Amino acid sequence: MISLAGRDILHAWGKFVFTGFGLGLLIGVTLVMAGVYRGMVDDGKVLLDNSGADLWAVQKGTLGPYAESSSLNDDLYRPILAMPGVAAAANVTYLTMQVRKGEQDVRAMVVGIVPGDAWGTPGWPSHLVSGRQITRGHYEAVADLAAGFRLGDRIRIRRNLYTVVGLTRRMVSSNGDPMVFIPLKDAQEVQFLKDNDAIWQNRRRTEADPAFNRPGVPGLLDAVIASQSTNNYVNAVLVRLKQGAAADEVAASIRRWKRLTVYTRPQMEEILIGKLIATSAKQIGMFLVILAVVSAAIVAFIIYTLTMDKIREIAVLKLIGTRNRTIAAMILQQALALGVIGFVVGKITATFAAPLFPKYVLLMPQDSMAGFFAVLAICALASVIAIRLALKVDPAEAIGG
Amino acid sequence: MNDKGIRIEGMRKRYGSGDTAVDALKGVDMHVAPGEVVGLIGPSGSGKSTLLKCLGAVIDPTAGRMTLGGEVIYDEGWKVSDLRALRRDKIGFVFQAPYLIPFLDVTDNVALLPMLAGASNDEARARALELLTALDVQHRAGAMPSQLSGGEQQRVAIARGLVNRPPVILADEPTAPLDSQRAMAVVRILNDMAQKFETAIIVVTHDEKIIPTFKRIYHIRDGVTHEEAGEGREFA
Repeated sequence: MISLAGRDILHAWGKFVFTGFGLGLLIGVTLVMAGVYRGMVDDGKVLLDNSGADLWAVQKGTLGPYAESSSLNDDLYRPILAMPGVAAAANVTYLTMQVRKGEQDVRAMVVGIVPGDAWGTPGWPSHLVSGRQITRGHYEAVADLAAGFRLGDRIRIRRNLYTVVGLTRRMVSSNGDPMVFIPLKDAQEVQFLKDNDAIWQNRRRTEADPAFNRPGVPGLLDAVIASQSTNNYVNAVLVRLKQGAAADEVAASIRRWKRLTVYTRPQMEEILIGKLIATSAKQIGMFLVILAVVSAAIVAFIIYTLTMDKIREIAVLKLIGTRNRTIAAMILQQALALGVIGFVVGKITATFAAPLFPKYVLLMPQDSMAGFFAVLAICALASVIAIRLALKVDPAEAIGG
Repeated sequence: MNDKGIRIEGMRKRYGSGDTAVDALKGVDMHVAPGEVVGLIGPSGSGKSTLLKCLGAVIDPTAGRMTLGGEVIYDEGWKVSDLRALRRDKIGFVFQAPYLIPFLDVTDNVALLPMLAGASNDEARARALELLTALDVQHRAGAMPSQLSGGEQQRVAIARGLVNRPPVILADEPTAPLDSQRAMAVVRILNDMAQKFETAIIVVTHDEKIIPTFKRIYHIRDGVTHEEAGEGREFA
C-alpha cells in the first residue's frame, strides 16, 4: 500500500517545509527556554562546585550566603579549622554590583577571597585560563571571561582600581553574573565603605553622643570611631573536609559548638535550586506550557486547513472504499511529519542560537529527546480535530446533485 | 429472470418523517444487464441523485430490493455488513468531474483501489497499466492529474472505476465538462468497456448530445422511473 501522507507531502513539499520551518522556530524558542532553565540550574551547581567547599558555615538562622545575607566575624574560621574532620576553612564575601572598566560597567559578583600561595584554598577560582591567582593583599583581581576583561585591565570597584591578573571560565553566580575575585580585605571594605561625607557626618554624631565622648575616659571616642570605620565581617566560612570525614557529622559538630548554621552540599543545592531559582523555574515552566499550547494550536490549525483543502478528495476516497483508519493515518502521519520537520529546524535553531544568549543556555540531549516526543505527542493530539472532520465527511458529497 | 448486472425493484426513499416527510423515490424498478449502458435522465429534483446514492450504497433506501451480479445486497435492509467493501469491490464510480487524487500520479490513482482491496503494489499497478492502455492513456501513466487534459482525466477516472472489475459502474454526468467530441469519445469508451468487461453501466446525464446514443433510457420524474427505448445512434 502506498503512503498517502508521504505522497501528499511530496506533492506539496514547499507548503510543508515552510510551515515546518515556522513551527521549527517556535520549537527552537521552546528548546532554548528549557536550556535557559538548565543553564540556571547549572549555574547554581557550578557556583557550589567552584567554591571548593564541602560545608558552608553562615550566620545562624539564615539561608546565606547566596540566598540570604549572612554576616559572621572574620575570626570564626580559626576555631572551625580546629574542628575534627576539617581540612581547610576560609572566609569569603559575596557582593553583586557593577564593576567599571573605563566608561563601561559590567554586572558581576565580586568575591572576596583570602589571597596567598596555597592553591586550592576554598573560595578560590578552581582553574585559570590565563594569568595567575591573586598573590598580593590588595588591588588584584581574577575575572571570569564572561565579564569581558583582559589581563592587565584596570577595573574600578567602588573607589579603588584593581589590576586583572588572571582569567577564569564558568565562574558565575546563580544569576549567571560573571565573578570577579578580589582580596578579602578589599572586599570587606567594598561591602562597608561609605562616602567621605557620610563618614564625616557619622564621626560628628558619635562625638556628639555623650555615651561615647565621656569626660575622663580618654581614648573611648577614638576606639569607637575606629571600630566604625572597619569591617570585621564576612558572609560565610567555606569548609573543606578531610578525606573520609562525614559531612553531616562535621556540620552537626560546628552547629553545636560554634552556634552557627552549617549547610552541606545537598542542602545548599536545595537552597539554590529549590528556593533561589524556584520562581524563575516556574516562570519558564509557564512559558513552556504556553509555547506548547501555541505550538499545538498552530499544528492543529495547519492540519485542519490542509484537511479542509482535501474534503472532496477524502469524500472520493471514502466513496471508493478507503477505510476510515487509512484516512486517519494519512492525517496523523502528516501532522507527525510536520512535527519532525519542525523539530529538526527547531533543534538546529536552538543549537546555533544558544551561544548568542548573554546568560548560559544549556541544551541537554535528554531535553531534546523529551522535546522530540512531546512534539510528536502534541502533533498527534493536534491532528485529532482534523481527523474528526475527515471522518465526518459523507462519501455522498462526491456524488453531485 | 436474469439478475446479473444490477436489478432494483420497488425502491423507495423517504427523507424526514411525519408532515415534513418527502418521498424522493416512490418505487423505482430498473434492470441493467452486464455489458449494457443505459441512460438515466430527468429534471432537477426528480430523484436522480437519490437513486444514484442508493445504488452506490451511500445512503440507505427506505424499502425495496436490489441485486448486484446475481447477489441480493438489499432487501428491506442491507444484506452485506461492509458497505465500504461493497463499494470498493462491486461498484465503480465515475463522477461529473474526474476527482482524481491530486497527489497521486495517474497509475497510482487507478492502482489505489486494488491496493485498498489487498492487492500487492506490483499487481495493482499492472492492472492499472492494463486499463490505462485499453483507454489509450498509458503514455501519461507517470503524469500527475494536473498535467492531464480534461478528456485524459476523465479516461483515467473511468479506468479507476473499472479497475476492480465491478459488475456495475455508476457514472454521474461524466460528459458534463467536455466538448461534444470528447463527450462522444467518453461514451464510446464506456460502451467499449461495458462490453469488454461485462459491466453494467448507468449514466446519469442531462447532456443532449449523448442521450441519442443510449439503446435504453430510464426517465425519472417525481421519484418514479419510466423505461423507454433509446435511439441507440452510432457514435459520430
